[in-house]
Amino acid sequence: MKLRFTDAEEAFRKEVQSWLREKLPKRLSEAVRCGKHLTKEDLEEWHRILNQRGWLAAHWPVEWGGTGWGVIEQFIFDMESALAGAPRIVPFGVNMLAPVLIKYGSEAQRRFWLPRILDGSDWWCQGFSEPGAGSDLASLKCVAERHGDEYIVNGQKTWTTLGHFANRIFCLVRTDPSAKKQQGISFLLIDLATPGVEMRPIVLLDGRHEVNEVFFTNVRVPAGNLVGEENKGWTYAKYLLTYERTNIAGVGEAMAALAWLRRVAGSVVVTGQPLTRDPYFAARLALVEIALENMKITNLRALAASGEGGGSAASSMLKIKGTEIRQEIASLARRALGPYAQPFMPEALEQDFHGVLPGPRDAGALAVQYFNLRKLSIFGGSNEIQREIVAKSLLED
Amino acid sequence: MDFDIGADRQMLSDSLRRLIAERYRPGLHSSPAYSGPDYSLGIWRELASLGAVAALFPESFGGLGGDGADIAVVFEELGRGLVMEPFLPALVAGQTFALAGSHTDLIRSTVEGMTLPTFAYYEPNGRYLLSEVSARAVHTANGWRITGSKAVVPYLSSASHILVSARTAGASGDSSGVTLFLVAPDADGLSRRHYALVDGGRAGELALDGTPGALIGPEAAALPMIEQAVASGVVALCWEAVGVMEHLKAATIEHLRTRNQFGGPIGRFQALRHRLVTLAIEIEQARSAAILGAAALEGPPEERERTVSAAKLTIGRVGTLIAEESIQMHGGMGMVWELPVSHYAKRLIMIGHELGDEDYHLVRYIELRSGFAA
Repeated sequence: MKLRFTDAEEAFRKEVQSWLREKLPKRLSEAVRCGKHLTKEDLEEWHRILNQRGWLAAHWPVEWGGTGWGVIEQFIFDMESALAGAPRIVPFGVNMLAPVLIKYGSEAQRRFWLPRILDGSDWWCQGFSEPGAGSDLASLKCVAERHGDEYIVNGQKTWTTLGHFANRIFCLVRTDPSAKKQQGISFLLIDLATPGVEMRPIVLLDGRHEVNEVFFTNVRVPAGNLVGEENKGWTYAKYLLTYERTNIAGVGEAMAALAWLRRVAGSVVVTGQPLTRDPYFAARLALVEIALENMKITNLRALAASGEGGGSAASSMLKIKGTEIRQEIASLARRALGPYAQPFMPEALEQDFHGVLPGPRDAGALAVQYFNLRKLSIFGGSNEIQREIVAKSLLED
Repeated sequence: MDFDIGADRQMLSDSLRRLIAERYRPGLHSSPAYSGPDYSLGIWRELASLGAVAALFPESFGGLGGDGADIAVVFEELGRGLVMEPFLPALVAGQTFALAGSHTDLIRSTVEGMTLPTFAYYEPNGRYLLSEVSARAVHTANGWRITGSKAVVPYLSSASHILVSARTAGASGDSSGVTLFLVAPDADGLSRRHYALVDGGRAGELALDGTPGALIGPEAAALPMIEQAVASGVVALCWEAVGVMEHLKAATIEHLRTRNQFGGPIGRFQALRHRLVTLAIEIEQARSAAILGAAALEGPPEERERTVSAAKLTIGRVGTLIAEESIQMHGGMGMVWELPVSHYAKRLIMIGHELGDEDYHLVRYIELRSGFAA
């Protein structure tokens, strides 16, 4: 039993660290640390830099541009990137669509779409959820009817994250309305520029435009954009949702957020003492710090046990714990600001804002971020859905 | 990262599990008597002959291991079987002798199951603080004489040797001035009051009045040694707790699967399913904390103490959750003496009260984390 990375892993960690020091633009890491908004161009820039190094799609098979890393290397890369303040890789093309194409797509689809994901020609978004199909995803209603060599798509998708940056969407659509729920669903690639597609913003509780709803009215999609077989889309979607979950707990992000929280709380002085010496605050800080250290080991154990993210129950447990910890850190950050959690100054979250905020320095985004991060326990399968997955494996398998 | 315990430890773990399952029949630990003797000498010697005590000590003391991982393997199985044998005092007292470089023969005979030392580190008004030592030792023409009271000393009535912390300098609470003495159970001026413990173990109060004792280790500088030995005891308790939790989890799952109400198993109710998942998640967190604690035993003192406190704090919090929820989800059956569940739950809660509860270790962690002394 050794709780240290091997020499080779340690050397890899150093390599990642020094590459990040050299290549990660300070402007971006500062913005990430302060919780500022990243523009489409910022995210594309970071993808470009990663792609030049061959690290954008690290987990893809080597022949398609992957690195051949094992799960520990992937974990180290994700952790170090987060600690350095790197933007998160936008997952929709790289982590979600690509694995489905690699496993279930045609050779022609792989040859056409995968290079375009790497070089940034396409920005994909995800068309899964619908107003009537959230946690119960299989009840989706958006229909695609086959007419000759085209599908005609009608319906609505929602919670489309960064859809306003995207030029394409991968959708789950119903191709056989008579089949039972999970059957009769297909996986379709749609160009957002097609007539009949309309994207509308949904403004979230923090005042931000991050997600969208997408309406499809008689949208004509070439039949060649069907992935795999018709009516097998549910299988592909399930594969997509369980693929590449080495970072599902978000250990690195939480560590970076905790370091930031300690800094902010240390700068808040109450009756001559930093807030980190306040007994109740210090206790909560210690509890979340210890929970995070424990979870890091839980995460590494899951990787060691399966070599593949730990199986679906283990991933679900990590998703639940990881989001609880991340949300607790955000909650403490809000508390750290005291009365200065109240001012709502969204302009301060733009990178070109250089004014002075009321309250503790650089902390203006923290309270609003707390609200934004409530999404963590809702998206990607709500924590209640994750609990059902774990409960099934404990009680019924 | 290597979480593999190795083939030898796996073998010990397997044979321990087998022996315990065989000898600790359900019912044995649900005996309502809770009356002496402190432990069953037969089983203790059987476990010792399997190498379960030897695993806790390095080869130079007749042992077979002595690493954090060895402690982990043994105590997890003890917890899983709810074994109430005096492994903890043997470990903590034995480690203290080893650190003091003293009484090697006593360690060897303990490893063989022939002697049992215990350690009287706590005092009636000191709670969990090892520096709260008011017992005094003075050097006379006839050697050292100790006077004072020691609290909740594990397996006091059957211990063959009693290790006592006493003050040769300073005031209670000072980190220096603490010295260790070895006292014979039948020594002059020694009196004992024995009692059963809530979880089926036994302990006692020790009163010393001019009692002769032999100096062990350095004079007035024993606290770091005590802390180090107690740290391994804390790690042992963490792993015992993990074993107890695994048993309670399995028992609760079985109950949810087989208990029928409203026309089917109660495991189909979401309120119970989701709470069961919380238990499963927190047990994984507890195991991770115990792994960190075991690994820290070989590390530098400051990191060791901080990590071990983090581990015990995690175990305390999770342990309370698992104990309470296991009883609740078993319904009335969780309340009865006859079923093992209640006894496992009691042990889990009582582990919280041994070598520091979650509040004590939280405060200690914060102090160590921010760099001012504990």
